[in-house]
Amino acid sequence: MNGMSKFQTTVQDDSEKPMRKASEHLDHWYLEPDSPTRARVSNLKFWYGDGTQAIDDVSMPLIDKKVTALIGPSGCGKSTFLRCFNRMHDLYPGVRYSGEINLLPEDEDLINLDPNIVRMRVGMVFQKPNPFPKSIYENVIAGLRIRGITKRSLLDEIVEDSLSKAALWDEVKDRLHQPALSMSGGQQQRLCIARALAVEPEILLLDEPTSALDPIATAKVEDLINKLAGDVTVLIVTHNMQQAARISDYTAYMYLGKLIEYNKTNDLFTAPRCQRTEDYITGRFG
Amino acid sequence: MKTLSENIKSGIDYASLSRKNRSRDIIFASLGIIVLFIAITTLVALFLDLAVRGAPRLTDPDFYTSFPSRRPLDAGILSAWVGTIMVMLVTAVIAVPLGIAAGLYLEEYAGKNWLTDVIEVNVSNLAGVPSIVYGLLALGLFVQTFGMGETVLVAGLVLSLLILPIIIVSTREAIRSIPNELREAAYGLGANQWQTMAMYIIPAAKPGIITGAIVGLSRAIGETAPIITIGALSFIAFLPQSPVSGDFPFISFEWLNSGFTVMPIQMFGWVSRPQADFQITAAAAGVVLIVMTLMMNALAIYIRYRARK
Amino acid sequence: MATPSSRRLETSKVQVSTHFLRKREMINQVARYVLMLAAIISVLVTIGIVYVLLSEALVFFEQVSVWEFVSSTSWTPMFSRPTFGIWPLLSGTIVVSGIALAVSIPFGLILSVYLSEYANPKVRETVKPILELLEGVPTVVYGYFALLVVTPLLQTFLPGLPGFNMLAPGLVMGIMILPYTTSLSEDAMRAVPNSMREGAYALGYSRFHTATKVVIPAAMSGITAAFILAMSRAVGETMVVAIAAGQMPNFTFNPMEGAATITTFIVQVSLGDVSHGSIAYLSIFAAGMVLFLLTLIFNLIGFYLRKRYRQAY
Repeated sequence: MNGMSKFQTTVQDDSEKPMRKASEHLDHWYLEPDSPTRARVSNLKFWYGDGTQAIDDVSMPLIDKKVTALIGPSGCGKSTFLRCFNRMHDLYPGVRYSGEINLLPEDEDLINLDPNIVRMRVGMVFQKPNPFPKSIYENVIAGLRIRGITKRSLLDEIVEDSLSKAALWDEVKDRLHQPALSMSGGQQQRLCIARALAVEPEILLLDEPTSALDPIATAKVEDLINKLAGDVTVLIVTHNMQQAARISDYTAYMYLGKLIEYNKTNDLFTAPRCQRTEDYITGRFG
Repeated sequence: MKTLSENIKSGIDYASLSRKNRSRDIIFASLGIIVLFIAITTLVALFLDLAVRGAPRLTDPDFYTSFPSRRPLDAGILSAWVGTIMVMLVTAVIAVPLGIAAGLYLEEYAGKNWLTDVIEVNVSNLAGVPSIVYGLLALGLFVQTFGMGETVLVAGLVLSLLILPIIIVSTREAIRSIPNELREAAYGLGANQWQTMAMYIIPAAKPGIITGAIVGLSRAIGETAPIITIGALSFIAFLPQSPVSGDFPFISFEWLNSGFTVMPIQMFGWVSRPQADFQITAAAAGVVLIVMTLMMNALAIYIRYRARK
Repeated sequence: MATPSSRRLETSKVQVSTHFLRKREMINQVARYVLMLAAIISVLVTIGIVYVLLSEALVFFEQVSVWEFVSSTSWTPMFSRPTFGIWPLLSGTIVVSGIALAVSIPFGLILSVYLSEYANPKVRETVKPILELLEGVPTVVYGYFALLVVTPLLQTFLPGLPGFNMLAPGLVMGIMILPYTTSLSEDAMRAVPNSMREGAYALGYSRFHTATKVVIPAAMSGITAAFILAMSRAVGETMVVAIAAGQMPNFTFNPMEGAATITTFIVQVSLGDVSHGSIAYLSIFAAGMVLFLLTLIFNLIGFYLRKRYRQAY
């Protein structure tokens, strides 16, 4: 905690940081002096392999142990932005980044780290549930196997722990060794969340995690995300503004690859500072 | 030809138009079925004819346990089927790991660079090189330059090279058919390329990879031309030395350097004989050969079918 | 601070050892280079083929003029005064492959349109594996059919047909490559997006018109590729012709006569007792080089066209 508060001071002092200049719509991205920042995005730009620019000069913070939602019309770059956090784009040829995503308090730039190491630190849950074609148990410990952790008692402990955190333990504790693909879609998605939580990610990325689920399963996942807040730093992309309002503490509105507005969720939805944000959230556009 | 507006003025006869269309459809569909029917019945008839002609030899147990002979009715396929199994063993040991490894490299590791482009163009071109050209490669390189002679090892080597592109291509297709979500899930957890490949991609692609390997090997079983080119004979009245022996070290690799014949060469030898009785023997050998390849292909199709479920 | 593992809170249960990370990266690098080596070996095969063909053919052309090779219509390598004009081998190759394609292209086209546009999925699911099985039948068996079944059959209504002729192996080869032609061109037609078909149906097109006016034109480059690859296969095919056409070089375009193709000439020399370095031995490499170049051109055109239709959809 010490390191974090130290960082806050430096940022406040350092008024020449380019990020301030870049985000003309939000003169004070630094919203809450008491909330520590987990990551700081500065002037991030991103290009796909075919040369199209999908992210244009985005700067914003990611508040520690809070849920930050990314909203915007489809194609606005919100998923692309999310996938920069664990360098998922690096799996495809020719992509290019500029700018920084600094993990705090160490101030390490994600864009310059080995992507495999980045993905070890930043977990991700995808649009469609994608459990491995293995047992439930094996799915939860997949990340641990990848990290070379083999101690049985520890694995058992973590399985119970993460499944409980994902509100799935009671439903599956008697069939841990059955195939994960036999579960319902909603359960599969919570299993994917448990799988990501099992390795204690510094940031958890959720890419429209409920878009493939029915309303009941969606409600369960939303409950789960609400519970995670306070424990885990979450960045979630959602196409559903109500969902963003329900589950997030902070919201960023993106349009055409640019960050239009970033604020506390409550403030952004009740008193948007930008006309375009207001148009979008009132449904006049998008 | 009337213009559209004229048609509308004169009133299109939709009923006759649709009748015409439907009858054309029916004619074409029946044409398709007839062609399919003719092709399949012709082949079935040919195979049945082969089986009927070969029946007298096929039902004789000595056929499977005798060496070739000058007397057609004594001639058997012992050295041929043993040779085929030995050559296939060499082929499988070389081509399967090599082909799968190359396929994995191209799908999982190869970056976008000139080397990858060269390898890709090369593999797709190799798949189209006539088999006899591989025979010339083996003759010029293995037999003449390296002085390896007409041995089981050389035959296995040339067939390995021949089916290498088949195995590479099918491995790549098997890997490509795996949904990208699986790959992203693994990488998303922090796996590196090796872990993603070994822990998730290969297990998921296994049925497809095995199918491709079997299809490749079944193609090798029936190959005749490259084996003729390296100088294999159809009259071999001995068996290669057994790979397992009673004395220390119990395993011997002498058989690799042995002369040999294989099923298709044996059949070719008999077809070329003028005596009618040799044609019976040839037909019987053909049936055995077809059964061998069909069994392997059927196994491959079955594995893929089961995996799809 | 420097590595993620040391950075983790000590209270965390998930401690990753740097030793493990180093080991896994090492395995990854070893795997990369081992697999790369395997891929490079496939390139060595091509280099090997080109090297062998070229080096032996060059020796051949030291003794035989290139002009004679491309202009003479007589190929008699076993004579005491051998002549080496490639034309008799080419004429045999052209006639046999021509007959094979004349069978394979129309039937393949009808079958692939039927399978892709008309047949219900059940028929397609049954027929495709059968086609695959047929592709696996050894060519020596088809040679048997050509010599001992089809030729006698043809002789019943073509009384003058000799026992060795190009007609029977051509016809059999056409049937033999039919599964290959069909599945390649069916793939091309299936690659045409359904939205195009729906567009045609929405305009009131019949199935027949949709197939002939929309699907076939859209799949044209793929279908052409299928036929060119079939041509390459026919030119390179050996055993059917070697068994049923007699292996005697003969400059003729008459399918009723026996003849040799490039491939069967190589077989004929290989079957005989030819000493290493003799002119007959060298001549099979020269013939092999012509064959390699011919099929290479077909294959490159075929792959180029196939790549184009794959990119288009």
